[in-house]
Amino acid sequence: MTASDASLRRFLHGLPGVDQVGCEARAAGLGTRSIKTTAKAQALDLAIRMVDLTTLEGMDTPGKVRALASKAMRPDPADPTCPAAAAVCVYPDMVATAKDALGDSGVHVAAVATAFPSGRAALDIKLADTRDAVEAGADEIDMVIDRGAFLTGRYLQVFEEIVAVREACARPDGTAAHLKVIFETGELQTYDNVRRASWLAMMAGGDFIKTSTGKVQPAATLPVTLVMLEAVRDFRAQTGRMVGVKPAGGIRTAKDAIKYLVMVNEVVGQDWLDPDWFRFGASTLLNDLLMQRTKMTTGRYSGPDYFTLD
Amino acid sequence: MVKVPETAASAPLFDYAPAPESRAIVDIRSSYGLFVDGEFVDGQGSSFKTVNPATEEVLSEVAEASDADVDAAVKAARRAHSRVWGRMSGRERAKYLYRIARIIQERAREIAVLETLDNGKPIKESRDVDVPTAAAHFFYYAGWADKLEYAVPGNGAPQSLGVAGQVIPWNFPLLMLAWKIAPALAAGNTVVLKPAETTPLTALLFAEICQQADLPPGVVNIVTGAGATGQALVAHPDVDKVAFTGSTEVGRRIARTVAGTDKKVTLELGGKAANIVFEDAPVDQAVEGIVTGIFFNQGHVCCAGSRLLVQESVAEEVLDRLKRRMATLRVGDPLDKNTDVGAINSAEQLARITELARVGEDEVGTTGGAGRWSPPCDLPERGFWFPPTVFTGVSQAHRIAREEIFGPVLSVLTFRTATEAVEKANNTPFGLSAGVWTEKGSRILWMANQLRAGVVWANTFNKFDPTSPFGGYKESGYGREGGRHGLEGYLK
Repeated sequence: MTASDASLRRFLHGLPGVDQVGCEARAAGLGTRSIKTTAKAQALDLAIRMVDLTTLEGMDTPGKVRALASKAMRPDPADPTCPAAAAVCVYPDMVATAKDALGDSGVHVAAVATAFPSGRAALDIKLADTRDAVEAGADEIDMVIDRGAFLTGRYLQVFEEIVAVREACARPDGTAAHLKVIFETGELQTYDNVRRASWLAMMAGGDFIKTSTGKVQPAATLPVTLVMLEAVRDFRAQTGRMVGVKPAGGIRTAKDAIKYLVMVNEVVGQDWLDPDWFRFGASTLLNDLLMQRTKMTTGRYSGPDYFTLD
Repeated sequence: MVKVPETAASAPLFDYAPAPESRAIVDIRSSYGLFVDGEFVDGQGSSFKTVNPATEEVLSEVAEASDADVDAAVKAARRAHSRVWGRMSGRERAKYLYRIARIIQERAREIAVLETLDNGKPIKESRDVDVPTAAAHFFYYAGWADKLEYAVPGNGAPQSLGVAGQVIPWNFPLLMLAWKIAPALAAGNTVVLKPAETTPLTALLFAEICQQADLPPGVVNIVTGAGATGQALVAHPDVDKVAFTGSTEVGRRIARTVAGTDKKVTLELGGKAANIVFEDAPVDQAVEGIVTGIFFNQGHVCCAGSRLLVQESVAEEVLDRLKRRMATLRVGDPLDKNTDVGAINSAEQLARITELARVGEDEVGTTGGAGRWSPPCDLPERGFWFPPTVFTGVSQAHRIAREEIFGPVLSVLTFRTATEAVEKANNTPFGLSAGVWTEKGSRILWMANQLRAGVVWANTFNKFDPTSPFGGYKESGYGREGGRHGLEGYLK
């Protein structure tokens, strides 16, 4: 199947199609679930534990990254029962700083590598980028696929790049950094393409599939995430291997995050409701989750000044 | 390669807490009279109780209109037609219809809660489907009121018929009322409408809306009651038009009653729709469409996709996916915003579904993958409930493939070729609707031409829009409702 562009094409184009109208209607339908009281409290804590707290700016500095790290470890300094975020997501040159700041807190360091966000560089540069990040201590690598190659049907090239990056994730001690494969679904345009990219990445050994870089609009949407969840569900049914899903970009409110959790719950089930298998790539989402969480415990909304900005 | 998730067993279940819609917004009176000539009046007959099918709680006592009550209502409608409504310009009539549509929107939550209480359907459906679609019908036909000369071919402005006697079912009480009343009023007719005996309350709320909209007295009259009231209405000599939605059996009786008179009749009757899934279908959406097709409104839908015809090459896969999806359906308190499948409307209907399901169990047997299946679900102790059910290994000869069950029961049949699918789909006395699932556009068009059904949905199911005509072939009735075609039944 993975012998040539032609055989990959036959497989990927043989996957069941996605009807756009039906897919969007299903996503919207799940979005009308009403999550209240105990279920809401549970969902908020789960969502906080799933956040990959992200800063991917040209103006990032070690100081900014350290501040973000302390936020990830203790999102709400006033409340010790508030769980930590899943990871801090930074550029490769900031990995050492983040790792140092996070220590053995259990919060992971994720690095965007492979000439993020465009992916427009030679393969050896992408691999060097990846190795750099892994050597600096990254627990997770978020790579981007070559969308140009994908859209022109050079599936084998995309596949082999993912395989190569996965190999570059290996550490000398035999372990490996977790690999998340970013599709930039806003550039793939169709849900059919999203489904095909999902299967391609899973077959190439990706541990996670991720919607977007956050640098292109639209970024994560509910219907795109639905298609990806269906893909990981079907992939596990066929191969027995579980792959995680990470919507990233554009998820800013607790209400939105809960819609995603409802979708995970009803489409792929309980197994994926865990930070090991589902993540949110976000920066502003965390504070809204905290605000809602405080409201659940105190019964009142506090102003934004009561939550830290990092 | 196989990696077992370590966290799965220990993770606490994400269980949705109850999210009930408040019923405080609705004020149900302990008893209701009839709405005749713009006023609520006591009936001359007896009365009957209407219950909440989810709890069996009595909601209210409603007058049962006698022959004399029906006669008074028809007389009021006749007066209103000859003195006011029939003479009013279309543009003026439209103002009233727009006003009614807006009031439905303004009181949407109240209507939705009342509909759910009286009918048993999930609040999600009454809130997102029934009430907005009912308002949309009034908006749509309001637009036609001053453009009737463009609606039907011929010379000059078409004339209204006079008094329309309308009898509607319990599955979509307010929506069916809107389908009946909006085109009738737009065309200049006045109406006497009889809601179903198990679901009279939203029609009576609609009567209040008519008062609120200052609709001239007698233009809309609501007579509640059972079969005898309906019979008195359709048989009344001064009724010019009879419109009925309901069972084929009652439809036949009505056709016999009006035979030989010059009453115009439209009948929208039963169905046993085929939902046809080809091997190249968008499978996840097809599964959603199968679920919507048969479990929407507890399967109390005349155009429900109650026969699934699935191509043999993908039958097993589609069924696996369907069962997994059915296991996530939430059955229970209709007022809970997260409920997907509510209560069966009445004890009588529950008995019919239970009986046909029992027959189906005997018919299909248990060999070769055939049988009856429902996901595990806790049904409430009180009220009328039936779990979402699927029968596999069904053939055309079985009663559950031929008779309308009108409940959440799906019969699964298979086919090998498109020709066989068409043969099986058409091999029924009914012909109301059908669904086709395939990514191949040319096949959709070919199938739509071959299927003898009033509506053919492609890669979707149970979609309703006021601009689209709806109606049946064969025993599913005659006449069309909705769209420009919906006006023809109310004009001469």
